[in-house]
Amino acid sequence: MASTVTPNGFSLDDSGQRVVVDPICRIEGHLRIEVNLDESNTIRNAVSTGNMWRGLEVILKGRDPRDAWAFVERICGVCTGVHALASVRTVEDALGIDIPRNANSIRNLMMLSQYTQDHLVHFYHLHALDWVDVVSALNADPAATSQLQQSISSWRNSSPGYFRDVQNKLKRFVESGQLGPFANAYWGSDAYRLPAEANLMAVAHYLEALDFQKEIVKIHTIFGGRNPHPNWIVGGVPCSINVDQVGATGTVHMTWLNMVSDIINQSIEFIDKVYIPDLKAIASFYKDWGYGGGLAGKNMLSYGDFPLIANQWDNESLALPAGAIINGDLSTVHEVDTRDLEQIQEFVNHSWYSYDDESRGLHPWEGVTEPNFELGPNLKGTKTNIQEIDEGAKYSWLKAPRWKGHAMEVGPLSRFVIAYALGREDVKELVDSTLSELGLPLPALFSTLGRTAARGLECTWSAHKMREVFDDMMANLKAGDVATANMDMWEPSTWPGDVKGVGMVEAPRGALGHWIHIKDRKIENYQAIVPSTWNASPRDPAGNIGAYEASLLGTPLVNAEQPLEILRTIHSFDPCLACASHVMSPDGEELAVIKVR
Amino acid sequence: MAVHETLYEVMRQHGITRRSFLKFCSLTAAGLGMGPEFAGKLAHALETKPRTPVIWLHGLECTCCTESFIRSGNPLAGDVILSMISLDYDDTLMAAAGHQAEELLEQTIEKYDGQYVLACEGNPPLNEDGMYCIQGGIPYVEKLKHMADHCKAIVAWGSCASWGCVQAAKPNPTRAVPIHKVIRDKPIVKVPGCPPIAEVMTGVLTYMIAFDRLPPLDRQGRPLMFYSQRLHDKCYRRPHFDAGQFVERFDDEGARKGYCLYKVGCKGPTTYNACSTVEWNDGLSWPVKSGHGCIGCAENDFWDKGSFYSAVTTAGFSAGAEATADKVGGVLAGAAAIGVAAHAAASVVSHMTGKQSEESSNG
Repeated sequence: MASTVTPNGFSLDDSGQRVVVDPICRIEGHLRIEVNLDESNTIRNAVSTGNMWRGLEVILKGRDPRDAWAFVERICGVCTGVHALASVRTVEDALGIDIPRNANSIRNLMMLSQYTQDHLVHFYHLHALDWVDVVSALNADPAATSQLQQSISSWRNSSPGYFRDVQNKLKRFVESGQLGPFANAYWGSDAYRLPAEANLMAVAHYLEALDFQKEIVKIHTIFGGRNPHPNWIVGGVPCSINVDQVGATGTVHMTWLNMVSDIINQSIEFIDKVYIPDLKAIASFYKDWGYGGGLAGKNMLSYGDFPLIANQWDNESLALPAGAIINGDLSTVHEVDTRDLEQIQEFVNHSWYSYDDESRGLHPWEGVTEPNFELGPNLKGTKTNIQEIDEGAKYSWLKAPRWKGHAMEVGPLSRFVIAYALGREDVKELVDSTLSELGLPLPALFSTLGRTAARGLECTWSAHKMREVFDDMMANLKAGDVATANMDMWEPSTWPGDVKGVGMVEAPRGALGHWIHIKDRKIENYQAIVPSTWNASPRDPAGNIGAYEASLLGTPLVNAEQPLEILRTIHSFDPCLACASHVMSPDGEELAVIKVR
Repeated sequence: MAVHETLYEVMRQHGITRRSFLKFCSLTAAGLGMGPEFAGKLAHALETKPRTPVIWLHGLECTCCTESFIRSGNPLAGDVILSMISLDYDDTLMAAAGHQAEELLEQTIEKYDGQYVLACEGNPPLNEDGMYCIQGGIPYVEKLKHMADHCKAIVAWGSCASWGCVQAAKPNPTRAVPIHKVIRDKPIVKVPGCPPIAEVMTGVLTYMIAFDRLPPLDRQGRPLMFYSQRLHDKCYRRPHFDAGQFVERFDDEGARKGYCLYKVGCKGPTTYNACSTVEWNDGLSWPVKSGHGCIGCAENDFWDKGSFYSAVTTAGFSAGAEATADKVGGVLAGAAAIGVAAHAAASVVSHMTGKQSEESSNG
């Protein structure tokens, strides 16, 4: 190939040194990244390969649509519940079921608590080590760390003694010679910029966040019985509410509602006193590292979520609005129609599937999924030992979704940019105050750091939004409405014979859509297009590259042997590969070719 | 490399007092359903043993097992990972990546051949030469076999590794198989559930490390301490079952009184797990307590046993809470399903006749 320019405006050059990172760790699932570097170690070509395929949707064919949520919930246990919610919404859309107001509030609370916990865990446990040098924390002065902590936040754990204890723990751990999950990383790389004290503070919060995150999800446990993988039902939520009658303690009762309220308060405190100050402190040392933009600020998509008015799906009701931005024009937010066969389509000419005509894309209601694992002529290695992949041919288990032909970025940054473009005051205030504190202009958001910052801001947004939703639900209970499920259409005998539906969720990682076709009361076809499929997408027939690939271009590596910058940018998307690989043919045609060796 | 330290030493050095250490031992013992003498043995074991290396692999899965693991409240997941085991490889949590990550596998084999525990989350697909799950350019099944060759024992986390779970549900397009189908020469402890309960996971691991032996297992390879009794037999809604008080549909009057969920599909009568006793998320609740029936996620092939909302009709009920999985399995094999329906009917028909006919007329 040597040098080309893609239709979406990126220059690719594959002539230089090839660097392979596989596995990309600290993500969900299995992902491979390959890049080419020029003489100055700058990335000039990037290739994203989804390394797994599970075939979940084909498994759904012929099953009871009311059961589907449980199957698809197992698409992902990290963003647990998001697929289940998309699924019950899809079935409700197909059958025309409205859910009670309390069920809407409870679903919002479950998804908001999911955002809060998932974003927190992503920042500290999956992403922080791209910015924080754990080993450097050994050299920190605990007293200076204490001063730093107290200067940025009123969080209670801030004494010199506290940080000395954390440092001693870390010291003993390192001296034991058993480094566990911290072994063999890129410690000491010049790409790390934090002073030792900031590193120690972050290590302390890595440990605190690991202990605290399990509290947030107890909101799932109360309403859905457990976490991960709480329970849902078509028509509402499975939990009944009984605050003052016989049998109350066997249901959602006053004590549990109080507990939800306490968890919300604790979450707000932790996010606002630990996560957000850390985010700003870390960002202040990296703010001139402006790489990683790619499609950010150019092509971004959100389906919108958190209907504050039950069963109403327009931007009047949605707390995070829907829309699309194209070619960097923030003055126009386009409407997205998930039912329009011409808008959302998936392509497979670079994916390990086959279509009759691979120059075309197919809408999920029309799509076909036949696995076809074949490797290109420029592969280095063998079929079962890939050294370097050939991106000129098929090279990923992910399809390439496109909106009106455009590769799109999805996720917290996309949601916030679209909300910002639509003039949403709550989002504007969070974004503007953060940028002004850091002394950065709006376009600084369109970067790796911007993606990471947007996730943090969305985390505090969601924690505070829980309070609002909870208070609204309590007011509704006070008014005497305790209903949580609409069972009018529960029995399949009440269903129409042949219907289709769509269900949209803004998952923590971005726009998630499920499409269903119900025929004779059974699932005829089920399709999902998930956030990481958008972001980790391979190329399409026109040559457009996806968000991961675009984001890496132009980034210089301090040391090609320690490609920390690749991890940093890819992690800023919070990849979820078990989600991303999916599949089933819509017309019910099963994966025709299953090769049995 | 530094000399091995015992867990107790590491915990002391991490600032944990002896009093806290002993409290931890007794809480762990209580969490495992063991008496005070177990706490003493646990303390002794932790005081005298070095941290055991654990290699945690991920095949086809959804990572719910890892997520569950980090919810453990007793012991805290952070303490397990940093103080009790040496988590030498776990691609979900480790800082390293790429070839630097994969080198750690070889280093572990070199240093701890035959001594490390292999924790498997997810399963290997066998179709397409295993390339439905690629890691470092090779099929996951090869990596799994290589690491299994040198391990001491395997823990099969969750229903994927234990049974196959959702990707192995019919028609199992990738031919995903549980660990025991490809590894036949190593002891395997199955910890099923989708996911398993956090404290069951840390409990099993702690037991193996503290006592340097596998927990006693049933015929299917599950630890007796957590998987020998039916949810139904320890369910707090059981008295409503016996009294014939059922939820007929979600959010009805019965649901608001916490009645039994059997008629809306609860699989508690056929599911062996610790949910109704240990419960979830620091013992806060469990699926039945939130108003949804158990979906039976710790059982083999639970995806292919009919709708989650159909009442179970195939379980033997001759034995009560004293029955173990093995005994009931034996009963089932011999006398095929006395039938939950019959059991339910026996205790409730007289109470329910009116309601049932009302339901059918609505249905």
